[in-house]
Amino acid sequence: MNDSIAKTGLSLADAPLLRAQRVAAVAGKHAASVDREARFPSESIEALRNERLLSSYVPRELGGDGCSITDLVRQCLVLGQQCANSAMVYAMHQIQVASLVRHGLPQPWFERYLGKLASEQLLIASVTSEVGTSGDLRSSICHVETDGAGFKLRKDATTISYGSEADALLLTARRAANSAPGDQVMVFLPKETYRLSNVGTWDTLGMRGTRSPPALVEAQGSLEQVLPTPFAEIAPQTQVPFSHVLWSGLWLGIATDAVARARAFVRAAARQKPGTMPPAGLRLAEVTSTLQLMRNNVFDVAEESDERMQGSDNESLTDMGFVLKMNNLKISSSQLAVQIVGQALQICGIAGYKNEGKYSLGRQLRDAHSATLMINNDRIHQTNASLLLVHKDD
Amino acid sequence: MIDRIRKILEEHGGLAVDSSGLAEDADLYRAGMSSHASVNVMLALEGEFDIEFPDRMLRARVFSSAGSIRAAIEELTAGR
Repeated sequence: MNDSIAKTGLSLADAPLLRAQRVAAVAGKHAASVDREARFPSESIEALRNERLLSSYVPRELGGDGCSITDLVRQCLVLGQQCANSAMVYAMHQIQVASLVRHGLPQPWFERYLGKLASEQLLIASVTSEVGTSGDLRSSICHVETDGAGFKLRKDATTISYGSEADALLLTARRAANSAPGDQVMVFLPKETYRLSNVGTWDTLGMRGTRSPPALVEAQGSLEQVLPTPFAEIAPQTQVPFSHVLWSGLWLGIATDAVARARAFVRAAARQKPGTMPPAGLRLAEVTSTLQLMRNNVFDVAEESDERMQGSDNESLTDMGFVLKMNNLKISSSQLAVQIVGQALQICGIAGYKNEGKYSLGRQLRDAHSATLMINNDRIHQTNASLLLVHKDD
Repeated sequence: MIDRIRKILEEHGGLAVDSSGLAEDADLYRAGMSSHASVNVMLALEGEFDIEFPDRMLRARVFSSAGSIRAAIEELTAGR
């Protein structure tokens, strides 16, 4: 199908995957400098805008592509093969867009904004972390201070990925001054309604281009910007499942890139001595089977998510059995990404250990190590252990 | 039955308010019950009423209020 669309010659009518591949080509050219200088992947994001991919999850009637979650996973995969930073910014943005599409519509305010997002290709960042909550997504300290039809709020965030580069923020806060820590809402903040200050530094092992320093957010706006659904529902119905599945897609991209480098290395060795199996040939066979396992797992869960989301029931992703399955996907793909890049490094040897050259795997290894830490796997294991006490697999 | 449910919510729900003052249809998550606490509530209810919640009932909505919990237990214990 992609081919037939491509033949029309209209680049913006091209299938989103084809457009993502063109963005990936740009991302690949700048990946090394983004990593080295820990800078925002501005070239890739500009390419995403030019290809109108920032609105790929926005419904068609509002000017987007109406992509499925499996489509988004494929796009994250091709971007992740070239530049994990670009892929992560793209994935995080889509998680915010999905939250607006699934929980903001059909409110007129959000319908208008999503139309504007599609026409102006606006980038949304997330502000869920907060000083003092120990990384617990489901509790907030800051609160929405209502004043007539308006509100004010102030949030001290431990990390905001690409906060300084975004056009809008989607932020969690307690509903009101007297609300429990878990009684959260999501507040959507277009650029003109907030100010960032005390922006800290972001000098990390990997994922250096996501630019995720701590910062203070001060906002003021209209109550229409508060999503009508409580965060207690948005988190399990959209934020968590989309994160697990899209992140797994881009980690698969990192692993796929590493295996491609290992494959090229073994092939080059084989050409030197035709008829003799290079020493790493067996290791390559081994790592491709692990990659296949990872890939099947990612697409199995992505496709099941799409099937479950076809009905109008927003709770379809929150069945306990499926929650366990998605949590397991996050745990296994984050571990496999590190394992696979490590195996590829073993194959490429010193050529992979070098920071330069076509077999270099340092960036991939450092980026992959973020995977088990972003929503720490230990926290997810604890959740699963507790869910398994009541879940009956029958 | 509702008193036994309230007692369990009091002990395991981690609510920010007194459960006896909560209306039957009040949202427990809004009252401070975390998803972790909701699992403990499920376990305690299974023990107290000698029931097993089948997978189809393991959804946030079923455990979102004292009233919805009662409806689920009544369904499971009907005909006993």
